[in-house]
Amino acid sequence: MNPTDFTIAGALAALNEGALSSVELTGAYAKAIEQLNPRINAYITPTLDQAMEAAQASDARRARGEAGPLEGIPLGIKDLFCTAGTRTTAGSNILGSFVPPYESTVSGNLLRDGAVFLGKLNLDEFAMGSSNTTSAFGPVENPWSRANDPSKRLVPGGSSGGSAAAVAARMAAGATATDTGGSIRQPAAFCGIAGIKPTYGRCSRFGIVAFASSLDQAGPVARTVEDCAILLRSMAGYDPKDSTSANLPVPDFAAAVQRGVKGLRIGVPAEYTLPGMPAEISKLWEQGLAWLRDAGATTVPITLPHTKYALPTYYIVAPAEASSNLARYDGVRFGLREAAKDSDLKDLYQRTRAKGFGAEVRRRIMIGTYVLSAGYYDAYYLKAQKVRALIRRDFEEAWASCDAIVTPATPSAAFGMDERQDDPVKMYLNDVFTVTANLAGLPGLAVPAGLDAQGLPLGLQVIGKPFDEETVFAVGHAIERAAEFRALPQLRAAA
Amino acid sequence: MSLDAATVRRVATLARIRVEDAEVEKLQQELNGILGWIEQLNEVNTDGVEPMAGGSPLPASAMPMREDAVTDGGIAEKVLANAPDREGEYFGVPKVVE
Repeated sequence: MNPTDFTIAGALAALNEGALSSVELTGAYAKAIEQLNPRINAYITPTLDQAMEAAQASDARRARGEAGPLEGIPLGIKDLFCTAGTRTTAGSNILGSFVPPYESTVSGNLLRDGAVFLGKLNLDEFAMGSSNTTSAFGPVENPWSRANDPSKRLVPGGSSGGSAAAVAARMAAGATATDTGGSIRQPAAFCGIAGIKPTYGRCSRFGIVAFASSLDQAGPVARTVEDCAILLRSMAGYDPKDSTSANLPVPDFAAAVQRGVKGLRIGVPAEYTLPGMPAEISKLWEQGLAWLRDAGATTVPITLPHTKYALPTYYIVAPAEASSNLARYDGVRFGLREAAKDSDLKDLYQRTRAKGFGAEVRRRIMIGTYVLSAGYYDAYYLKAQKVRALIRRDFEEAWASCDAIVTPATPSAAFGMDERQDDPVKMYLNDVFTVTANLAGLPGLAVPAGLDAQGLPLGLQVIGKPFDEETVFAVGHAIERAAEFRALPQLRAAA
Repeated sequence: MSLDAATVRRVATLARIRVEDAEVEKLQQELNGILGWIEQLNEVNTDGVEPMAGGSPLPASAMPMREDAVTDGGIAEKVLANAPDREGEYFGVPKVVE
C-alpha cells in the first residue's frame, strides 16, 4: 500500500499507532506532486521543502505527546487563502507576486491543529468560473477521462478545480476550497470526491481573497464524507475578525457521520428536474433516494418555486459584490502596476486593471458596475435581493416537511477543456443545482454516487437546514455507503 | 434593455478598466447576452418583499458591535511590503496636483 492511499481518518489512525510518520506520508505526496503536477497543474505554488520541514516538526510534536487533531496530515490550500510568507495569487496576474504578511483564519486553524501544507492550489481567477480555465496560471486537467475518448482532456470543474483534482489524483490527502455558487460541490462531483460548503458564517472569511462577500464560504474537499467532517471541524469556528462569523459551538461533525438516516424525511424538489437533463443523472438521483429509503429514511416531494430564478439572481448579486470587492486592486498598495510614461492616476488604474484581470473577471466587474450604477440599482440589484429573499423563504417553508434535501450535484459529468467556452451563460448553467444553497446561506454537500456510461463520476447533493451540517453529513455518508464508490481516476499517485 | 457602445465605454470607465476600441463590440455582445438572460427576474412578483441583505440563512440576524478600540498598528513595513512603488513610508503615485 502506498501512503497516499490512506484516507485522512486512516492516516490519523496509522500515525497514532506509529505505523506511519508524517515525514513518510508527506514525502509520498511530495513525490506524487513532482510526478503529476506538470500534467495536471493542480498546484500553482508547491511548497515541498517547507512541507518536509513541517512534517519533521509534526513528528516531533507527536513524539512529545502534543499531537493535534490533524497532526501530520498533508493538505493543499486553495490559492485564495492568504498564507503568511507564501505567495497567494487568487489565480490572477494582478496578485501574481503578492506575498501576504498574515494568515487566513481557516488555514491558521488547520496549522493550529497540526496539518502540513503541500502548497497552493490552482483555481479560476478570483474563483470566478466553473471549469478552472480562467486561471492566469493555466488550466487544471481532470485526472479522470472518458472510456471512449481517453485522450480528450477534461475540466476538473471550478472554481476549486485544483483542490478537487489534487485530492482525486492523490496529490493531497484533503484540501481547502471555497464556494460562492457551487465552487466546492461542482468540482468535487466532476472529480469523484466529497466536498461541503457549510452554512454561511460557519467558517471565517478573514484572509480569504473576497469575491462576493454575502455568498463566499470556505469548506473542505476530501476523498470521503468522514474526511470532510474531520477537516471542517478544524476549519470552522467563531472569529471576531469576520463580522458575519457565527458565534456558535462547532459540533463533532465526524461523530454525526455515523448517525444513520432512520426516520429522517428527505425532501425531493420538483423544480430540480430539468428539461433535457441526461437520463443517467435522473436515474442516479432516483437510485440515491432509494438507497436512503432502504436505510430507513422517507422521501417526500417538496416544492422550491423560485429555483429557476436562482442563477439570474446570482449573476446580479455576485458581480455587484465582486465589482465592489475588486475595486481594491488599484496598482498602488499591492499587486501589479501598469502605467504608461505619461499616465495620470486614473490612467494608471485603468491600465493596471485591464492588464491584471482576465476576460471573465473584467466581464463580471462590468456587469456589477452596471447593475449598481445610478438609475439601474433598483431595477437590477434591489430586485435581485428581493428574489433572493423569496428563494430563502422557499427553503424555510420546505423545512416544515423535511429534514434534508437531496438533488443531483451537477447537470452533467465533466466536459472537455475546449467545450462551453464560447458563451458565458452556458458556462454559468453548471451551477444550476448548487447556487440556491449559496443564495439561502445553507450547507450543501456533494458526494460521489456513481459513474456515467463513459466511466466519469457523478455526484449527488445534500442540502441542510441552517447550521445543521450534522444531518447533511449523516445523509451524505448513507449515500456514500450504499453507492460503494470505489472507482479511481486514470491519473493518480502510485497508479 | 440593451447596452449601446457608448454605455459599454461609460461602464468601463466607472469600473476603471481600460477598454481598447477593438474590444467594445465583443464586450457589448457578451454583456447584452448576460443582461438579457438576467431580465427574466422581471417575471417575479416581489411586491412587499423585504430585500435580503447579507448572506445569513437566519432572517433578522444582527451584525454584532465591538468595542471601538485600536487592535493593531505599528506595522508599516508589513503594510508597505507589497507596494509596487514605495517611497519611504509612503505609497508612490503619479503626480496628481499641478
